[in-house]
Amino acid sequence: MGDLIWILLSAMVVNNFTLALFLGLCPFMGVSARVETALRMGAANVFVLTVTSLSAWFLNTFVLPYAPYLRLISFIVVIASLVQIVEIVIKKVSPALFRQLGIFLPLITTNCAILGLAIFQTNRGYGLLEGLFFAVGAGLGLTLALVLMASIRENTELSSVPELAKGMALVLIIAGSLSLAFMGFAGLLSSS
Amino acid sequence: MRQTTPQMDFLRGIWRENPVLIQMLGLCPALAVTNTVANSIAMGVATFFVLLGSSLLVSTFKRWVPHEVRISTYVLIIATFVTIADMLLEAVVPTVHKALGAFVGLIVVNCMILSRQEAFASKQPIGRSLLDAAGTGFGFILALLMMGAVREVLGNGTFLGISLFGPNFEPWVIMILPPGGFLTLGLWLLVLSWIQRRRAESAKVADWPAGVAQRRAA
Repeated sequence: MGDLIWILLSAMVVNNFTLALFLGLCPFMGVSARVETALRMGAANVFVLTVTSLSAWFLNTFVLPYAPYLRLISFIVVIASLVQIVEIVIKKVSPALFRQLGIFLPLITTNCAILGLAIFQTNRGYGLLEGLFFAVGAGLGLTLALVLMASIRENTELSSVPELAKGMALVLIIAGSLSLAFMGFAGLLSSS
Repeated sequence: MRQTTPQMDFLRGIWRENPVLIQMLGLCPALAVTNTVANSIAMGVATFFVLLGSSLLVSTFKRWVPHEVRISTYVLIIATFVTIADMLLEAVVPTVHKALGAFVGLIVVNCMILSRQEAFASKQPIGRSLLDAAGTGFGFILALLMMGAVREVLGNGTFLGISLFGPNFEPWVIMILPPGGFLTLGLWLLVLSWIQRRRAESAKVADWPAGVAQRRAA
């Protein structure tokens, strides 16, 4: 059990997907202007990541031993179909959320975090349960980074920023500082 | 779509519409593997190969791909080329392959490649799609080199492994760690927007009529 908790914590803060591994940067830059949207995007990501982890485990156990060269291709096909299903469900259940997420929902397909999770899980040889904890941790980490970024950005809108830095440059420098702060969590590794 | 000349197809991607620095696409690899110049070059060349191959196939088969499943088809084509690149790298330069790690596989989800297929190769003849892909690919390599050079020189005091400043140089370790990636790209964007503004201002002051004519033409 301790191992599983450690996997979750490590994926969430120590090796945060966005701030330490640079995965999932598109939504990080794109939908981090409002805290509420960021939370919803995070929730959608947690869900897709968890289902991806399950599917990746299934593929790794039953299909890919027979055809290892199909790894990337089968992963991306599964992820694309999953996102399509999630999109249909959200559209049906909550049209408002669907409109708010807009283009970023289909773009989860090309979100490196999802494919990255499947590849990392395979490379580290995680089993079913480990994979699930890893996915939830990674998803929570993404949400954490998104929400932190969104709340900082909401505040910078009111402050006077040098004209030159407005836009992406500012976002990147904030992200750099956040990433620096998250490096502090590396201490958890040695103490646990 | 506006008519463009073949030279423009090629040159546009390198600087004016640089995928990383202007369009902000393909950020994951641009930040993740640029801690040394050698890694940046390997990543750039692998992405260049995948982009060129996918553009060629997508442009060749554009008539036969049904509109509804085009994105999935592009992704499959890209994934095939990434698998080829992955195996080639592992066979030819195993150390580099190991250093890049999962990020070779992640070329599949580089938004820059998909955006070129959707925006250009799926509508244009083969030759021009190849030119466009080559231009964008060189632009990507250029951007990665700009990132990699700054990060390796400051973070390690070396360029391509050759020591630049002698033994007394205290390396800025932060630059080769993750925060350095964000900071370096942020700083490059600041520099670019400063250059752009200077140019705009001097154009406004010095030759006002010429500036207007240029904007009309563009």
